[in-house]
Amino acid sequence: MADAVTSFGTYRHLVAAQVRGQLSYRSSFVLNCFGQMLAQCTDLVVILVLFSRVASLGGFGVRDVLLIYSLAGLSFGLADLVVGSIDQLPTFIRTGEFDVVLLRPLGTLAQLAASDFQLRRLGRVITALGVLGYVLSTSDLDWTVARVALLVVTPLAGMVIFSSIFVAASSVCFWFIDSRELANTVTYGGSYFTSYPITVFTGWLRTFLAYVVPGAFVAYYPALVLIGRADPLGAPTWLCSVSPVVALLSALGAATVWRRAVRHYRGTGS
Amino acid sequence: MIEATELSRSFRVTRKSGRRLRRIREEVVAVRSVSFTVEAGEAVGYIGPNGAGKSTTIKMLTGILVPTSGRVRVCGLDPSRQRIDLARRIGVVFGQRSQLWWDLPLAESFQLLRHIYRTPPSDHAERLEECTELLGLKGFLTTPVRQLSLGQRMRGEVTAALLHAPELLVLDEPTIGLDLESKQRLREFLAELNTRRRTTLVLTTHALDDIERLCRRMLVIDRGRVLADGPLERLRVEVGLERTLVVDLERPTAPLRGLAGVVEVRTETDGRRQRLSFQADRTTAAALITAVARQAPIHDVSVVEPEIDDVVRRLYARGPTTAEHPGRFDAPNDVLRAP
Ligand SMILES: Nc1ncnc2c1ncn2[C@@H]1O[C@H](COP(=O)(O)OP(=O)(O)O)[C@@H](O)[C@H]1O
Ligand SMILES: [Mg+2]
Repeated sequence: MADAVTSFGTYRHLVAAQVRGQLSYRSSFVLNCFGQMLAQCTDLVVILVLFSRVASLGGFGVRDVLLIYSLAGLSFGLADLVVGSIDQLPTFIRTGEFDVVLLRPLGTLAQLAASDFQLRRLGRVITALGVLGYVLSTSDLDWTVARVALLVVTPLAGMVIFSSIFVAASSVCFWFIDSRELANTVTYGGSYFTSYPITVFTGWLRTFLAYVVPGAFVAYYPALVLIGRADPLGAPTWLCSVSPVVALLSALGAATVWRRAVRHYRGTGS
Repeated sequence: MIEATELSRSFRVTRKSGRRLRRIREEVVAVRSVSFTVEAGEAVGYIGPNGAGKSTTIKMLTGILVPTSGRVRVCGLDPSRQRIDLARRIGVVFGQRSQLWWDLPLAESFQLLRHIYRTPPSDHAERLEECTELLGLKGFLTTPVRQLSLGQRMRGEVTAALLHAPELLVLDEPTIGLDLESKQRLREFLAELNTRRRTTLVLTTHALDDIERLCRRMLVIDRGRVLADGPLERLRVEVGLERTLVVDLERPTAPLRGLAGVVEVRTETDGRRQRLSFQADRTTAAALITAVARQAPIHDVSVVEPEIDDVVRRLYARGPTTAEHPGRFDAPNDVLRAP
């Protein structure tokens, strides 16, 4: 943890160097950013089309689902912005470039995160923020201090949960180099799952994605508290506001997995 | 500075074999039970043919690879567990892997490294100036790294590894692919660093001439085992390694036989070029040149060092004589029986 904090100043310099490079190609930057916004919009379109046929989804109306969708999108977008470049890990391992990461007096995760920092990933965040702003301004929610605090904390906790998922899923590369597909399935699958009320899913899939991955804590439970509704599945109310704790536990778990994984790094033969 | 005790590392590899391309798992032992210590201020050459296990050893010393078994301490730290602390105290250069930022100018890479190592700006500036001067970086400090020649890049890599004033500099094949002049310049710089700054040096190579002037001590490794450890001079005497004086004569001459210390004469182009293999403990290149000059006018001369493969071959062939040289030159018995 201390390592992460002291690395932060350096991280800033590494990221700044990357961003300088990207902004120098201004038109392609705008285009890429726009592409990311569209990517986030496709999910939005799916939800709107669904609601043109049905009045409720898993017991929730269109506004509620959009709230969940935007909180999840914001969390995913922020996580993608911060640790998204971890998807370069298989390349780092295959080429042996990870050697260099291990030679520097910085945390390995911070270095990977900075290695391919893409400002264009802001695109998702912008879309999600837009939808969130629209939903909040058009619904008449009962704003208490606790709810405002929850609204601020939720995307941050969600970001930490998603980042932990990214990191844990990518760690598998240290054992199986060709596990990129697995990592993608878990991360994008997780993003899809968290965008809907968990009542839409059933069986072991729901249990797994809600509590093991812990997708339910990213957007669904916090959204329930925001709109002041009890969980139709009967989860106790305290469970709906422990997302920050879940985020912390996820981060610790992911850090442990990562540290073990790095010790399995074997480099390349000459 | 470095303590390695029965250090081993193996890799599990799968390969396809047979007509049905069945996948076979096997263990490749890259380094087996290697022990050595390096004191502060030493300059050690770690030498061996390709695939001997040099890079694997270096990676265990620097915290990149976790040893399969054995113990290693560098600057009193466990490299893989105290990687970050160690990274601040050592400098590492890989001949075949860049640590610079490909798209950034050299100068900007150096600035980023200053942040990464949190070097005080004045110390950083001082060391950068010194390296710029001694390694002649001035002409390409503002060039993006990807546009540098190999020789220029290598000088940049060495500078990058030294800006945080490491106690130990580890170089893995630093001269590979360099032209003669760049090699020479780099070796001189490193020798200077070792004597003036007292920076401990460990460098791997498969070319003996890298070691020659730079390292007072060398470790010979092959197939993951250390075959010999000691000063190059002693090794030369003990395994009877001959150097070769190549003389280009003004005109075709009969083979120059009967020179003291020369064990073999080979001639080329009608005797215009002659290769005199001589034992370094019995004569010197200078004495030999004088002796040759008395017999025939010389146009040009050069001295060729033995190849590492010859050294290794002789270390294996030496066999029983090891018993007379206990201690540093001990080679494991089963290795001596091997080929
Ligand atoms: N990551 C790896 N996976 C499999 N085999 C490896 C790996 N790294 C090294 N080896 C094997 O270990 C042996 C020693 O390699 P290395 O230490 O790179 O030798 P050197 O640097 O002396 O040329 C070689 O047989 C090499 O193929
Ligand atoms: Mg090597």
